[in-house]
Amino acid sequence: MAAISNDNHGLRLAVRYLVLLLVALVFLLPLLFMVMSSLKPDNQLLNDTSSLRAFLPVGDISLENYAGAFRRAPIGLFVFNSVMVTTITVLASLFLCSLGAFSFTFVRWRGNAVVLSIVLATLIIPFETIAIPLLLFVSRLPWIGLDGFSWGWLNTYRVQIIPWIADALTIFLFVQYFKDLPRELIEAARAEGASWWQIYRRVVMPLSGPVIATAAILKALKMYNEQYLWPLIVVQDEAHRPIMVGLGYFFQLNVPWGEVMAYLSMITVPVLVFYLVLQRAFIASIASTGVKG
Amino acid sequence: MSRKLTENNGAGWAFAAPSILLIGLFIILPFFLAIAFSLTDQRLISPNATRYVGAENYRDLLGLNVIKLEPETADDGTLARDKDGNLEYPRVRSLTRSDDYPQYRGMREWFRVHAGDTAYVVVARDVVFMRALVNTLIFVAVTAPVQAGLALGLALLINQRLRGVNVFRAVFFMPVVVSIVVVSLLWRFIYDGNDGLLNALLSGLTFGLFQPVDWLGNTHTALGSIIAMSIWQAVGFHMVIWLAGLQTIPPTLYEAAAIEGSSKWQTFRYVTWPGLRNTAVLVLVVITMQAFAVFAQIDVMTKGGPLDSTQTLVFQAVERGYGRQDISGGSTISVVLFVLVLAISLAQRYFTRERN
Repeated sequence: MAAISNDNHGLRLAVRYLVLLLVALVFLLPLLFMVMSSLKPDNQLLNDTSSLRAFLPVGDISLENYAGAFRRAPIGLFVFNSVMVTTITVLASLFLCSLGAFSFTFVRWRGNAVVLSIVLATLIIPFETIAIPLLLFVSRLPWIGLDGFSWGWLNTYRVQIIPWIADALTIFLFVQYFKDLPRELIEAARAEGASWWQIYRRVVMPLSGPVIATAAILKALKMYNEQYLWPLIVVQDEAHRPIMVGLGYFFQLNVPWGEVMAYLSMITVPVLVFYLVLQRAFIASIASTGVKG
Repeated sequence: MSRKLTENNGAGWAFAAPSILLIGLFIILPFFLAIAFSLTDQRLISPNATRYVGAENYRDLLGLNVIKLEPETADDGTLARDKDGNLEYPRVRSLTRSDDYPQYRGMREWFRVHAGDTAYVVVARDVVFMRALVNTLIFVAVTAPVQAGLALGLALLINQRLRGVNVFRAVFFMPVVVSIVVVSLLWRFIYDGNDGLLNALLSGLTFGLFQPVDWLGNTHTALGSIIAMSIWQAVGFHMVIWLAGLQTIPPTLYEAAAIEGSSKWQTFRYVTWPGLRNTAVLVLVVITMQAFAVFAQIDVMTKGGPLDSTQTLVFQAVERGYGRQDISGGSTISVVLFVLVLAISLAQRYFTRERN
């Protein structure tokens, strides 16, 4: 073991941090550019791209682009639609998928194992491969609402919510977690005459905080961030349009880049803040999707 | 005793029923509908009854043939040449439209290869689909190794014992929680040919020597630009999966390696890498499945252009199924896509089983 001189050690450490810092800039700068650009008038914005000013809040800083974006498109409505669809889907998904996973894990019933393996087999069906037949299917589904009986689910909230409630990944995450809970708890509760519903509600769910957080984060990201293809083909009217499809307003030829960046920042920054606050939970949730069953 | 306690058909079914019903209706049923529609002429809205057409959709999509063309000869017996001195060949269209060659009917030239004076022309029934298929395969073939490799590099960077390393992990992961739709529109501005950030940056770094490129408007750079952006957005996701894999390697192995005096490379080669085998397969499969399904980037950035250089399978499926309301055509492409994804999944099974 050769003694390493302090200088050398300090230099090595500096190099390590420098590498990390340079890589960090690659990920950070485009996002920084987005937010800073949203605060600048278009002519300054285009000039700033040729210098480091692109990443700094300098010059004529204002929220004018945000006002402009709101004038250009009904942004408030899009945000409302996305937040509502996301919230309802996440809550329904947490409830129904955990209930299903509870049944698969703790209750013995005929066909339990077979049905579970069929459910898990759907993991290999990418949504993109079923979108087109599903479009035809939902366009002809019946519905009973407040205004009576109707056909077709296009241009509604339900078409954006109901197909996304149950999915194999969420069920799989709950099953994995439930398997590690001590079975004695369940059996003791059964012996005392507790109903299945009481066990689910009073014993299992209160112990499931971590997996609930994981499932909620994954589903919320999916519904808020990634819902593009589906609403694009089943929602044509403005009233039910979510944020990502609302971007279409900013696709014109003479794009006012400042307004585009304002809209992008507006729908992205809240998620980033949310992520930075709950960083550990976010990263743990992604890591858990990599756990092999 | 305990078995009796946990047996309950009624409650079991009742609790599982809602999620089973939803998965059955909105995942399993449409999956079989895709296969069924691909064998018919189903349209979204049509006055006519749907007909069963067998494999016709697949033939229309996958039909390929090769035409061998000999150069034209001039009146004096030498090979005819045009103004630029290039050999002249019979028009492909004259063959695909002639009654003498029913096997070429309805086909268009996809590309041609020259061998000596002979030209071999590959004709396809659906040239746009073929381009979409090839682009998707390129997307997968580039993204899988590059993104997996970069993600592993980042994971190793994060996995060192340094103060504040978690701050860097948080930053590397940031683009993952940004929507790919947002990222695509942001990068449209970065890639812009006139006043884009990337051109300005490259021009600054080379002191003005760099000539601006219209990254998304050029057939040679468009697909590569989209691939680069997609990797930038998603690499943090796979870094986290690699990290989870790295944490399963027992520290005692590293200690043993240190005592043996093994170099950094040897430690990686004989301790780290063997412990990451299953993670590697998982990362590759997840990236592959995501890459096969590429859609939003294309729709936001290029709409498949310029000149079909960024067409992909899902973009084509949507263009037909939704844009042209041709449900059967869109479903057929979806089935082809599924077969490709299934092949990858089976390969994964095979490779993980082999070692256990």
